[in-house]
Amino acid sequence: MKRVYAKEEYCVGCRVCEVHCIVAHSDYKNDIVKAFKKQNPRPLPRILVEENRPISFALQCRHCEDAPCTKACITGAMQKDPETGVVTNEESRCVGCWTCILACPYGAISRNEQGKKVASKCDLCSDLGYTPACVKNCPNNALVFEER
Amino acid sequence: MSLDLLTPEFLIERDRNRCIDCQVCVRQCANEAHSFDAEEEKVVSKDEKCVACQRCVVMCPTHALSIRRFPLEFRENALWTGRTIKDIYKQAATGGILSTGMGNDKPYPIYWDHMLLNASQVTNPSIDPLREPMELKTFIGRKPEKLEFKEGKLITKLPPRMELDVPILFSAMSFGSISLNAHKSLARASQQEGTFWNTGEGGLHKDLYQYGGNTIVQVASGRFGVDPEYLNAGAAIEIKIGQGAKPGIGGHLPGEKVNWEVSETRMIPEGTDAISPAPHHDIYSIEDLHQLIFSLKEATNYKKPVGVKIAAVHNVAAIASGIARAGADFITIDGFRGGTGSAPLRTRDSVGIPIELALAAVDTRLRDEGIRGLVSIISASSIRNSSDVVKAIALGADAVYIGTAALISLGCHMCQKCNTGKCNWGIATQDPNLTKRLNPEIGAERAANLIRAWKHEIKEMLGGMGINALESLRGNRLMLRGVWLSDRDLNILGIKAAGE
Amino acid sequence: MLLREGEIRIPSGCAISGIMNKKGQVFSGEDIIKSIALMHDRSNGLGGGFAAYGIYPEYAEHYAFHMFYDDVTAKEDVEHFFHLNFVVDGSDRVPTRKVKGIGSGPEVWRYFVKPKEEKLSELELSEDDFVARLVFEINDTIPGAFVVSSGKNMGAFKAVGYPEDVGEYYKLEEYKAYIWTAHGRFPTNTPGWWGGAHPFTLLDWSIVHNGEISSYGANKRYLEMFGYKLALQTDTEAITYCFDLLLRQHKVPLEVAVTALAAPFWSDIARMPEDQREAVTAIRNLYGPLLLNGPFSIILGSRKGMMALNDRVKLRSLVAATKGDFLYVSSEESGIREICPDPDTVWAPKGGEPVIGLLEGEETL
Ligand code: SF4
Ligand code: SF4
Ligand code: SF4
Ligand code: SF4
Repeated sequence: MKRVYAKEEYCVGCRVCEVHCIVAHSDYKNDIVKAFKKQNPRPLPRILVEENRPISFALQCRHCEDAPCTKACITGAMQKDPETGVVTNEESRCVGCWTCILACPYGAISRNEQGKKVASKCDLCSDLGYTPACVKNCPNNALVFEER
Repeated sequence: MSLDLLTPEFLIERDRNRCIDCQVCVRQCANEAHSFDAEEEKVVSKDEKCVACQRCVVMCPTHALSIRRFPLEFRENALWTGRTIKDIYKQAATGGILSTGMGNDKPYPIYWDHMLLNASQVTNPSIDPLREPMELKTFIGRKPEKLEFKEGKLITKLPPRMELDVPILFSAMSFGSISLNAHKSLARASQQEGTFWNTGEGGLHKDLYQYGGNTIVQVASGRFGVDPEYLNAGAAIEIKIGQGAKPGIGGHLPGEKVNWEVSETRMIPEGTDAISPAPHHDIYSIEDLHQLIFSLKEATNYKKPVGVKIAAVHNVAAIASGIARAGADFITIDGFRGGTGSAPLRTRDSVGIPIELALAAVDTRLRDEGIRGLVSIISASSIRNSSDVVKAIALGADAVYIGTAALISLGCHMCQKCNTGKCNWGIATQDPNLTKRLNPEIGAERAANLIRAWKHEIKEMLGGMGINALESLRGNRLMLRGVWLSDRDLNILGIKAAGE
Repeated sequence: MLLREGEIRIPSGCAISGIMNKKGQVFSGEDIIKSIALMHDRSNGLGGGFAAYGIYPEYAEHYAFHMFYDDVTAKEDVEHFFHLNFVVDGSDRVPTRKVKGIGSGPEVWRYFVKPKEEKLSELELSEDDFVARLVFEINDTIPGAFVVSSGKNMGAFKAVGYPEDVGEYYKLEEYKAYIWTAHGRFPTNTPGWWGGAHPFTLLDWSIVHNGEISSYGANKRYLEMFGYKLALQTDTEAITYCFDLLLRQHKVPLEVAVTALAAPFWSDIARMPEDQREAVTAIRNLYGPLLLNGPFSIILGSRKGMMALNDRVKLRSLVAATKGDFLYVSSEESGIREICPDPDTVWAPKGGEPVIGLLEGEETL
């Protein structure tokens, strides 16, 4: 399946990817300012830039073949789509037990405690139906979306 | 000193209605002009740190930023302008030489803009480059006086030469003054577009030997990075005598920029200053140059053209003639607007002459002496677009070097701070945080695009003139007419006035 | 005041025609006049002329100078100059008749001369180089004098007017030549100076030409490096010197000269066998400044034959035909059929592909 890969040698640590990830998961997908200023609580970025200057790279869910988080999930909220391979968390079923976070070998899931506790993770912008927002907006082609 | 008399040059304006305090600007400004005030929970900036490189402006996801000239106006004075006054404050504070990056920015006349091109009407047809072949192939190298044939077969052997698909090369910019990623971008673009890039005086990084066929290796007074492997790696060798931005003086790469890769490539210890002497200490006269040319030819088995680069100075025509007679295969003339990674401000702004006049004078002189056909001339500096290229060729250049334009294609925003090592665009810097900002894949494509775009435009202009091969434009000054030029200028340029 | 050729660059369009007999048998000027007269519309009465080879058998080894004089002083100066440098074995006024279409023009004289031996050894020049140098000197330094032609056993006849009137004016029906070329001119503006008409000549070379060359500035400046002075600033003059430089001075084979002037495209060169590719690349590399860029068709005449050539993309018309020992070339096929209604072969040469007619026994022009 197509996944997002980071090219750390060209990641400039700007975190524009995070910004656009937030926007893509807000109610204002075409308006950054509103996404940040109007939506409360503001969605969390599902991509996180890890930094140890000069090294930096953006990390998000690997959508593992054999996704441990789906196996660990106690309610079945965390699912891997058998067709697309995308691993998503069905937030209405998520109880915020954080078992998936313990199971994820990449640390790609974060806690969202802004309202109802839910696990927050990359969904490959599945509902946008095009190139993930982080990849599309990375200014230096440090993220690629491809089949490997 | 307690009070700094300098006022900010630029004003950073942040539209608070748009700013989302994402801190992208904070992370991108190497001059630390932006910061996050944790207490206020908002991003703030310090105008005096800004150099107007526009990195933050371009990167800000909400376009909340704009950079303007700082509104503080000194009392109007044609002689004592703000810039002149501030230069004095700076020197009064430091006691040092003012140094700067990029080329001369003073409002001297730009002769390119005073020359206009011709086009065909009625008496001969213009040619449509989309339908008809349009040839830009260019050779750089020495040529014999004539060809000899025996029983219809060519018996003259042509000396080595560079073959270009477009008459545009990337000019010398050393690894050290610019980043490895910038070198990679230019090398790949050259290979893609059938032209050449020039290492500058800092040697050739081992990763770039694979582009040797499109590389001109430079030998300058510091001899950095020069060994047999280097000399033989390129397609041609260029001896650098002078540079348009700083004729008569050498170069200085501060130790901070000499990281291990630069040190390995330049063949000098890490962290040491790389100082190129003003003259080559083995060239004090034209005979010495002759010897160096032939030493380099000997070292490369007469397989590579060897050229000489000089700055356009007052006596450039006579010097060029001497260089041609000293055996150079090509002569590079670098005008007073040529770019630089670092130069003393006063030298950059006041030494040398415009390339247009220098080029015309050299071409005329070599023709008067009947030797123009033997050597190639590459014109360097201040080529901004394809019509400048066409004009340079009509004046007499075989090809042109582009440096500044090439860097702009890679993202340079002409802030003129190359000398600080804090290039926010990852070009004129060795800081690993910054160099990674130039992704050579993107860089190569952009530089190649620029060459390709200019190639199409050159073809359009040639076709308009009814010419379908570049050699028919070379030195064809009838294709140029001058506007707003004195008789003396016209005379030196060897062109007529518009309307004549 | 209108500036004349030499003071300004005047572009022009035209008609050209040429006839040769490969066996060297001579024939009168009537046919060539008929041929060029048919293409009357291609000229506008501002210039016509002819070159004829083989017309002075009695002076075959002499340089035949055809001269235009604007006034007596010019004539005296030139004659003084001739006597200094040449042995003059004959001279007379070129016979003309009054023709309605030809206005008043310069005095036309001819001289049959040989360079003085001592001059040649003093300057260490070949006869041809010496004569060529004097031609430049006269045109350059003697006001009111113009060398119309200077080759052996040949002459050029030209004037302002339609070519058929020019032929009548010079009584060309009375001359017999084995090569005739003709030209009718359509300049865009000219004060009507006789020297500006075609053919243009130097030594044995004569050129009639139709077209305007965009590369003129490049060609000119290259030629100047070899001492040519482009006094008239015309394409025809430049083309003549291109051939003179390549064929006489650099002694390259005729095909090489053609390759230089009407070079094949790089895309075609890439497909040539290696030897040829190398040679053609060298020719373009070195002689690129001589490439004639822009529309043209020309007929180059010499004592040894003639050659017709088009620019490399054929932007001007040119037709060739043969009949027995005769070779015809003309801007239009009608110009040939008018005098040779039933040719053996007729063809339109491709751009850059020369039509070469050599006298029997000659290997090059
Ligand atoms: S947007 Fe691209 S360059 Fe910027 S932090 Fe994210 S991955 Fe790195
Ligand atoms: S990058 Fe733009 S939006 Fe983000 S903090 Fe800076 S000014 Fe504000
Ligand atoms: S120096 Fe450049 S990045 Fe920094 S504030 Fe000024 S324009 Fe923005
Ligand atoms: S290369 Fe970098 S530092 Fe130099 S002018 Fe361009 S953007 Fe500024």
